[in-house]
Amino acid sequence: MDQSTPADDDAVITTADVAKVASLARLRLEPDELDRFTHQLADILGHAADIEALDLDDVEPMARPVPLENVLRADVPGPTFDRDAVLSQAPAAEDGQFRVPPVLGEAP
Amino acid sequence: MTVAGVDEERWEVVIGLEVHAELSTRTKLFSAATNEFGGEPNTHIDALTLGLPGSLPVLNEHAVELAIRVGLALNCEVRRSVFARKNYFYPDQPKNYQISQFDLPINAEGWLELPSGQIAGIERAHLEEDTGKSTHVGGGGRIHDAQYSLVDLNRAGVPLLEIVGKPDLRSPDEARAYVSELRAVLVAVGASDGKMEEGSMRVDCNVSVRPRGAEEFGTRCEIKNINSLRSLGRAIEYEAARQVDLITAGDRVVQETRHWNEEDGRTHTLRSKEGADDYRYFPDPDLVVLDPDPEWIERVRAALPPLPAARRAVLVDRLGATREQAALLVERELDALCLATVEAGAEPVRTLTHAEHNLSDDRARDLDPAAFASLVSMELDGELTATQAKTVLAELVEHGGDPVAIAADKGFEAMDSSELDSLVDGLIADHPDEWQRFCEGDGKITGFFVGKVMKATQGKADGKVVTGLLNARKG
Repeated sequence: MDQSTPADDDAVITTADVAKVASLARLRLEPDELDRFTHQLADILGHAADIEALDLDDVEPMARPVPLENVLRADVPGPTFDRDAVLSQAPAAEDGQFRVPPVLGEAP
Repeated sequence: MTVAGVDEERWEVVIGLEVHAELSTRTKLFSAATNEFGGEPNTHIDALTLGLPGSLPVLNEHAVELAIRVGLALNCEVRRSVFARKNYFYPDQPKNYQISQFDLPINAEGWLELPSGQIAGIERAHLEEDTGKSTHVGGGGRIHDAQYSLVDLNRAGVPLLEIVGKPDLRSPDEARAYVSELRAVLVAVGASDGKMEEGSMRVDCNVSVRPRGAEEFGTRCEIKNINSLRSLGRAIEYEAARQVDLITAGDRVVQETRHWNEEDGRTHTLRSKEGADDYRYFPDPDLVVLDPDPEWIERVRAALPPLPAARRAVLVDRLGATREQAALLVERELDALCLATVEAGAEPVRTLTHAEHNLSDDRARDLDPAAFASLVSMELDGELTATQAKTVLAELVEHGGDPVAIAADKGFEAMDSSELDSLVDGLIADHPDEWQRFCEGDGKITGFFVGKVMKATQGKADGKVVTGLLNARKG
């Protein structure tokens, strides 16, 4: 892509990548922000690449840092909200439902 | 195996199904809000359903148990799994992400045996939360012309099991058989009520075509909005024919999601399918790893009820049922009755035939096996004709009772053969023209004579015996 400028010589991420992710996340970035975040993200990914370079064959993959598994809840109903109280906080409501602007496509 | 509108000498249709089943829990997957079908809109919602700041998900133990039951029933490996966020913006999902499982699903690599004996691969069956429901207002309810949408979040957060099948199916019949078998399994293990019409079981269908003999798959389209087994078959036929037409015309199939329209019987383009990475999946930091204890898994396995495939196998092995009979009888929940009836001394073949043809009434499941067995014996001993046996059986289903008493009550007695002999002789004498035709080999005239005998004996004669008498006189 024409507008993509590498963050540094061996770039792992380009401004085009960041622009794409920003648009998926519905973030509007100014050009200077795009540059700044591309550099910051490149640093973070560079750090990940450093770790990747290590021999970690003997290390268990870790999904999260806290050694905690199987936190479960019994299937017992709890309180629910009062509908009118909830809908009074919504920008618009109709027939007990949230009223939202027309959506362009079907949900994924 | 036929696909209407597709030249099957040249083309092969490849089908893979993704089935979403709502799990029969009392509460949602990650919160204690009630999981209930129907009800006033937005009455089953809490902080998590609304995605309010500070709300945190906690996994429902029963949903996990149901997922394990299905996984085991589908011969999957139950694994250590991780929940991930699937990010997208849509008003039926206030958090702006759906919690699902991505690279580490709870169940993987299984298979489902269809009544035909075909084995269909299961890639994975993972847990995820359902979304809310939007109704499009204005523009005749059509999504593209809507003026606004109304959102009901009752369904948001309801536990779903997404069962991803491998592209092992090759025809609408196979696809339908797969879905009904999967539904039977889900219902048998108590995981879901499997009601397609209420949306508690939803089927998305991936269809592609390739020249017969080709190794590589063609480009596939995903079809949504399939609400019944019938529309599943119709949608596949339409879509396969559409793709073949495109390719034959020198065009190409574009990978996309298409919407099945029941009224015009076509699929319509919805949106180009986004690549998986567009959802920016990442492990949900609010949830911990799920790694079910092997003892828990074994307890679940031990408590599984007999599954449809195993029940069919019993009918085939023990009673000598055909595949078709076994499929039908298990579907109608008549397998236990047949086994008990044979156990009570009935001859298996006749028992199965009656169950197949004469017991479509739901109440037949409650038949007394001893009474059914004695009816079968009476028929085989020549005390009842096939027609009489059918009548007595219907009476047994309707009111119960003793087949001997019912037969006596209806005046069913074995006909004296000499009585039949003279009757047949009389008929031949009275109808020389018809007899002439019978003797010349006109098979259709047989029914004329049998009918006359039946009328004269009020149905007590055995049709096969009468035919035998006629043939004997033909010489």
